[in-house]
Amino acid sequence: MFAAENGLKGDPRLEAISAAIRVVPNFPKKGIMFQDITTLLLDHKAFKHTIDIFVDRYKDMQISVVAGVEARGFLFGPSIALAIGAKFIPLRKPGKLPGKVISESYELEYGHDRLEMHVGAVEPRERVIIIDDLVATGGTLSAAMSLLESQGAEVVECACVIGLPEVKGQHKLKGKPLYVLVEPSGLEFC
Amino acid sequence: MQTIIISPLVSPRLCLVSPLVPRNQFLNNHHRAPPSIRLSNHRSTTSLRLFSSAAASRDSEMATEDVQDPRIAKIASSIRVIPDFPKPGIMFQDITTLLLDTEAFKDTIALFVDRYKDKGISVVAGVEARGFIFGPPIALAIGAKFVPMRKPKKLPGKVISEEYSLEYGTDTIEMHVGAVEPGERAIIIDDLIATGGTLAAAIRLLERVGVKIVECACVIELPELKGKEKLGETPLFVLVSSAA
Repeated sequence: MFAAENGLKGDPRLEAISAAIRVVPNFPKKGIMFQDITTLLLDHKAFKHTIDIFVDRYKDMQISVVAGVEARGFLFGPSIALAIGAKFIPLRKPGKLPGKVISESYELEYGHDRLEMHVGAVEPRERVIIIDDLVATGGTLSAAMSLLESQGAEVVECACVIGLPEVKGQHKLKGKPLYVLVEPSGLEFC
Repeated sequence: MQTIIISPLVSPRLCLVSPLVPRNQFLNNHHRAPPSIRLSNHRSTTSLRLFSSAAASRDSEMATEDVQDPRIAKIASSIRVIPDFPKPGIMFQDITTLLLDTEAFKDTIALFVDRYKDKGISVVAGVEARGFIFGPPIALAIGAKFVPMRKPKKLPGKVISEEYSLEYGTDTIEMHVGAVEPGERAIIIDDLIATGGTLAAAIRLLERVGVKIVECACVIELPELKGKEKLGETPLFVLVSSAA
């Protein structure tokens, strides 16, 4: 669900966040209007609003784990985890995490990729939120959910800064709630 | 000047159970390196031990100059060592266990924030990917921008890039054009400094666009690899110094 439909309608922070996101056309390939959150990170106030909105939402939900998807999930997840007193767990591309890992594969437009998590990072029945910068098809988040659920954790919600049109109207991803702050920034670009 | 050497954690802990090294046992086991004498360069890594005197003046409970910040022991013991990763002979310093220890992670960020908050830093640059974990919380707390420094082709739009040497071959680090402005004051964050190649490239990238790098900051240093020698005039600050 979009934040504006869920208690934050008219919140000026959402507009500031949306305005801070830059659109780069034809990246990584022709036809894709890439939602670039690096400009959000350069805008200290808007970045802080982003974290504050997530923290306000999750701080009283007994969340003990924030899982972030490499690499842009790492930009948002740890700050949220620190503010709500949760552990941060990085979900990474293959071969990056040392020691024992479990992995889950997911589909790309062409081919597959894999996501890994450390064995023992999360304990059964821990309450988890999963963070990424953007949700498009939901493939990556679904793989992340599978990893966490395979260890007995409860995924409470998936949370992203940006949600592409495919997810608008969908409130759930694989049966779990999906919380998104903004739609893609307008197609005026620099 | 001395750099504290944390007693190597000899038995690698291969499970993610919070390490149960009692804090006082840890402190009894550490040993200090003899002062190093450098012929041409008297700089050395600043580690938290050297700041104990600053802490002593701030906090009347710190009795002597020799007392290390008590948070350091917990941070050091929360880092897991994985032998032979990514290849045989390498003792990998795994900070993911630090991220699972909410107090240790909070303390890590607090130590950096306390150091940089009143230094007019407007840019925190973080090296992909583990620099992305520590950099943004610091940036948010000190009111600075966060600038990601990434592997090639990850950043959309116009970038500048800098090549650096690996053991075999080279790699490249990139930054967005326009992310920083000339005259800005920056710190560069990564989880660990080994040979210093990546950080040196990051310094060059930022200096090319007129930014002043106040300091490089890492959680861990591997001093035997002499990474700080690659950093030129830029100071290095670390929390934990780990003998191989």
